[in-house]
Amino acid sequence: MKTFIEQLINGLSLGSIYALIALGYTMVYGIMKLINFAHGDIYMVGAFTGFFASTYLHLGFVPSLLLAMLVSLILGVTIERVAYRPLRDKSKISILITAIGVSLLLENGGIILLTPQVRTYPQIFKQHMYSFFNGIITISNQQIVIFVVSIIMMVGLQLIIYKTKMGKAMRAVSTDADAAKLMGVNVDRTVSFTFAIGSALAAVAGVLVGIYYNSIDPLMGIMPGLKAFIAAVLGGIGIIPGAMVGGLLMGVIEALVSGYGSSLYRDGVSFAILIIILLIKPTGLFGKNVREKV
Amino acid sequence: MKQILKNRLLIFIGLFAIYGIIQILLSTNILNDYYEINIVLMGINIILAVSLNLINGFTGQFSLGHAGFMSIGAYTSAIITYKLGLPFPLALLVGGISAGITGILIGIPSLRLKGDYLAITTLGFGEIIRVIFLNTEYVGGASGLSGIPKYTNWTWVFWISVITVVLIRNFINSSYGRCCVAIREDETAAESMGINTTFYKTLAFTIGAFFAGIGGALYAHNFYIIQPETFNFMKSFDILTMVVLGGLGSITGSILSAIFLTFVYAVLQDYAALRMVIYSLLLIIVMLFRPEGLMGTREFSLKKLFKKGEKNSEFTVN
Repeated sequence: MKTFIEQLINGLSLGSIYALIALGYTMVYGIMKLINFAHGDIYMVGAFTGFFASTYLHLGFVPSLLLAMLVSLILGVTIERVAYRPLRDKSKISILITAIGVSLLLENGGIILLTPQVRTYPQIFKQHMYSFFNGIITISNQQIVIFVVSIIMMVGLQLIIYKTKMGKAMRAVSTDADAAKLMGVNVDRTVSFTFAIGSALAAVAGVLVGIYYNSIDPLMGIMPGLKAFIAAVLGGIGIIPGAMVGGLLMGVIEALVSGYGSSLYRDGVSFAILIIILLIKPTGLFGKNVREKV
Repeated sequence: MKQILKNRLLIFIGLFAIYGIIQILLSTNILNDYYEINIVLMGINIILAVSLNLINGFTGQFSLGHAGFMSIGAYTSAIITYKLGLPFPLALLVGGISAGITGILIGIPSLRLKGDYLAITTLGFGEIIRVIFLNTEYVGGASGLSGIPKYTNWTWVFWISVITVVLIRNFINSSYGRCCVAIREDETAAESMGINTTFYKTLAFTIGAFFAGIGGALYAHNFYIIQPETFNFMKSFDILTMVVLGGLGSITGSILSAIFLTFVYAVLQDYAALRMVIYSLLLIIVMLFRPEGLMGTREFSLKKLFKKGEKNSEFTVN
């Protein structure tokens, strides 16, 4: 029972990080129908910015988080401008290949600039453990920070999407880009804005992972990126609450597999989930079936 | 008819000449072992790129799991020669067949998906295959299988890549291949013309997987050691770069870019990150400025080469 609750809490903290990355995937997919393979690497850049901000600039948690968000946001918007926008009306395969190219570029550019060595994240918060119910539930303050920050981010995102004009434009473009254009929505600006928010959320996830696991490296974005994508598919890609639930579910499943089985099987299980979801219910848990029109 | 026979003869003479010259250079040690490894690697990469091009370029099904099929061929063949002590040609064949069977098993369910979903599913299957090998103690788990006898040499690689190219080229020019191209151009239209799209997609997928398995078997018997990590999705991306650079839908393009990128690989061997930066920039630039790849869908043909008077182009539209 104790192991179960421990793994559950670990899984939920990992899951909130997946959820933050998955939100970016799901928004970009919803609006452009593109798997942004580079998203995991934007998360890596966010983690490194947070690392440099707190190690060398000696900034506190919130300023380094904001700086990481800003850098990733600029990077995300630039990638969209330079690499994706010129291909938007070309075939989907060419834009997918470009996304793979951008991802490889960021990873290996990262290795060249930052060296492949694993870096230790500074201890922004001294670790404290809090126990409840005679030690059945123990939770660290880092996990609490992860939960609080992710919840703030997710609520903030909901507010942006449902209460602002830009959010309305995003929903319009994701439903029907051409119709939105006819209604006077600036599609280019909306797509840029989507990339900006998605990348900023990925940066938050990057900083949180740095605090949680204490180590970062230039290739850290590959696996979490893929898993966050799986989380987005699991919840129903394009659906924002779906990405949150999918992310949490993925985190919990993964923690349970590592806790009870072998951690070597962890990646395999995530991909098996993806395949099962795609084959049985391709629209994801929260998705509705849409008839294909010819 | 006479012209065709003459061209075939010329191609055969050309192939024997290439084979002979390099074989002489290798046996007189003018080209040492280092060169031999890279020349063999070129051949393996040609097999991999051409077989992936059949799936991605000619049938239009975006697969990212080629490294998975390659690893099945590599491991199966290594078990046959190293663990069971059976002859190498049998290992090649069984490696290819087992990868082909896996191709059928993966292809039938996942080919219902399209575009980027198919890409991510095949990537997932490739990773699952890797995780399975990672957890199988019989084949060494994470540390891999070492001590595989070296059977792959220039003769094997050269003739197998020639056979691969000829077979895939003939497949594409057959009625089966035409159906695959029709599916690439417009799946809905192809289906409404009475083409059984599932059958042809699975067929192309299986043939591609079969040759990837053979490529993997050759790879395993060239390097003494295979590890699950060798066949992760970076390897699939490597092969994809070759296909995309050469042109989705051009066998000649795949061959040329496989040779070129293996050369780049050899030159930049000590700078893996720099090599990948170059690969990724190539991918992005090619997609931005020439999305169809360097050769597009064109093929090199001797017929046009000799009729220079009539047409200036060396190449012919497929």
